[in-house]
Amino acid sequence: MAPVPYRVAARRRETHDTVTLLLRPYDPATAIATPEPGQFTMLYAFGVGESAISVSGLDGEGIEQTIRAVGAVSTALTEARPGDVVGVRGPYGTGWNVGTGGRDLLFAAGGIGLAPLRPAIHEAVARRSVFGRVTLLVGARTPGDLPYLGELAELRDAGVDLAITVDRAAAGWTGNVGVITTLLDGLAPDLDRTTAYVCGPEIMIRLTAAELARRGVPDVRVSLERNMRCGLGWCGHCQLGSILVCRDGPVVAYPDVAGPLAVKEL
Amino acid sequence: MSLVLDGLDPLVRELRDRGYRVIGPTVRDGAIVLGELTGADELPWGVGVELAAGRYRLRERGDDAAFGHSAGPQSWKPYLRPPRQKLWDARRTERGFEVREPEEEPVRYAFLGVRPCDLRALEVTDRVLGGGRYADTAYTARRDRAFVIVVNCTEPGETCFCASMGTGPGAESGYDLALTERAGPRYVADAGTDEGAAVLAAIPHAEADDGTVAAARADVAAAAGRMGRTMPEADLRDLLAARLGSPRWDDVASRCLTCGNCTMVCPTCFCTTVEDVTDVTGDHAERWRTWDSCFDLDFTHLGAGPVRGTPRSRYRQWLTHKLGTWHDQFGSSGCVGCGRCIVWCPVGIDLTEEVAALHAEGDGA
Amino acid sequence: MIPGDLACHPFLRDLPLAYVGRLAGAAHPVEVRAGHRFFRDGDPADRFWLIETGKVALDLHLPGRGAVIVETLGPGTVLGWSWLFPPHEWRFGAVATEPVRAIEIDGERLRSRAAADPAFGHELVTRFAAVLLDRLQATRIRLLDLYAAPGGVS
Repeated sequence: MAPVPYRVAARRRETHDTVTLLLRPYDPATAIATPEPGQFTMLYAFGVGESAISVSGLDGEGIEQTIRAVGAVSTALTEARPGDVVGVRGPYGTGWNVGTGGRDLLFAAGGIGLAPLRPAIHEAVARRSVFGRVTLLVGARTPGDLPYLGELAELRDAGVDLAITVDRAAAGWTGNVGVITTLLDGLAPDLDRTTAYVCGPEIMIRLTAAELARRGVPDVRVSLERNMRCGLGWCGHCQLGSILVCRDGPVVAYPDVAGPLAVKEL
Repeated sequence: MSLVLDGLDPLVRELRDRGYRVIGPTVRDGAIVLGELTGADELPWGVGVELAAGRYRLRERGDDAAFGHSAGPQSWKPYLRPPRQKLWDARRTERGFEVREPEEEPVRYAFLGVRPCDLRALEVTDRVLGGGRYADTAYTARRDRAFVIVVNCTEPGETCFCASMGTGPGAESGYDLALTERAGPRYVADAGTDEGAAVLAAIPHAEADDGTVAAARADVAAAAGRMGRTMPEADLRDLLAARLGSPRWDDVASRCLTCGNCTMVCPTCFCTTVEDVTDVTGDHAERWRTWDSCFDLDFTHLGAGPVRGTPRSRYRQWLTHKLGTWHDQFGSSGCVGCGRCIVWCPVGIDLTEEVAALHAEGDGA
Repeated sequence: MIPGDLACHPFLRDLPLAYVGRLAGAAHPVEVRAGHRFFRDGDPADRFWLIETGKVALDLHLPGRGAVIVETLGPGTVLGWSWLFPPHEWRFGAVATEPVRAIEIDGERLRSRAAADPAFGHELVTRFAAVLLDRLQATRIRLLDLYAAPGGVS
């Protein structure tokens, strides 16, 4: 399982430590299979190493991946410029699966958690008419930490109910300030036909998913994150209890992981 | 139909003539380790072992058995999954980079002396590495090419518990040849495959009479009643899932050094990591896969630090995975009862004792 | 104010009817436009509001930075607690960021009623404690700075 060379076709800085790369295969015949929303790839910075990164957008054979610089590999990836080469393996894992229609969709994104949700949101917008309400709740650290800022207004025009909140405001911010669960009070009361998709830091996922379940959302899905070395189910690193996150996740039904997530250091 | 072999010289020669590299137990550095054998004389004739938690010593048996020992420091794992293996190398080109996967040299191993517990370990590993969506073809290719000679147990060691794990002391299938050692030394031999039968046919042998066969079977059956340890009778998957918060984990954590010896000697531990290296020019890169251990502090590194930062959590992970969640992930237990982890733990932690303690917590609680 | 309208608000859920009646006597509905300032920090705190629709931002003017929002309160929440405790002064300001419909309740009258009837007082304070707990827990979560880069703020 070797990485396939992809060229950085475009680079966009999202926040001070986060970059989105648009990657296209050098040879279309070697392109990886089209990733499902929610899946990830193992991105290879030549000679440095690999990191599991969620796919944050699709563009024909091109894939968008949003990377936050937290270590040597991810930092090298965020420094890649158009024309540079990056290796891609995948796609791996389970997807969000927005379904064929008939449901209300609720996306809850905390911080960089918006990146893995973005392809699912795009899919919901592309087939907007088959879904009921489509809602996106976004929580961010500060107004300056909101990724994909330019797109958010377009989502409203496309029929998505959008609500944003920040943990901490700067002067001039007139939007919501507070934890993301405070946005749930503004939702319509009948949530029994809703499928919720939650992504973000683990504590945010637990609090938000639990609150959604408490309010009667019957189907809550979350995206898990664990150390990954192979993406193939062989290296053993990504286990959470009985789940191999690369194989049984990263997207899982919240009831299946609520217990394991509550055990410290599992 | 069972045959009887007189000694093992012809068997080893026949295997080597057929192009196999024969791997079997041999004495080296004060232990019985696995090594390449050029002749049957290199087997540990008359050498036995004294085993206890955290203790391994060789001893003179006073007979001429070649397989009167157990729980050596390795399993067959290093031959099928080398501790360090190059996955590929790559060089930069105008079209990005070009990857070259190494040509697997066609090594054919004959494993002489595979215990039924270790045979089960091979089958468990087959499911982990070959039974999922992505198969580790480097492993499966070596495994398919390997010629497996099981030696049934007639003398379990002090730390053995294959009987309570359902993995021994005898094997019924999954081998090319199965031997049961008897005084002489003579071996009751059974073929499990066509190739096994062909090898037997090519070496001097005699037909085994019913009495000999029955006696051999009886010896193996009797061994089941002389195990040094037992795993408590309980649904271990459910037991461990229910004991994640037990104070017993703090108890074992006060002893465990997180050295990872258990994971190195365990025949089913499969965790690995990858290492990416580059040359000075930055134009050539290599990726190597190496054995890893869940006891390593960085094993679960995420963001700023490890998810399992305490020794308590890491020991709990190892045991609950091996005996519990392995069932959920791969459909069987990960433990085969070989007892190596008990012997080679420097502080003598005994997982059968730990499980018994966890099990006892439920009684009358 | 009609007790029935009052009792709909989540803050007063399951409040004994007699108490609802007492509150109704001290309450009246208000409707304000976006930008309406409920109070400034430092003003005397003598009433509170049960927000029914719209959003209110709690803010503070910081020299050199201007008005910074510290928290947003939406429908179903309670605006204002400082009326309960001395020195009865608002610590923050509050301004409607959208048109707001709310129930304004006279805090001073409620304080004297609670002093006269401990059971009523207990009921009030218990409900406020629940609000405070929820708000404190949410604030602590925000302090954890979960969305920051792992390893601390960069």
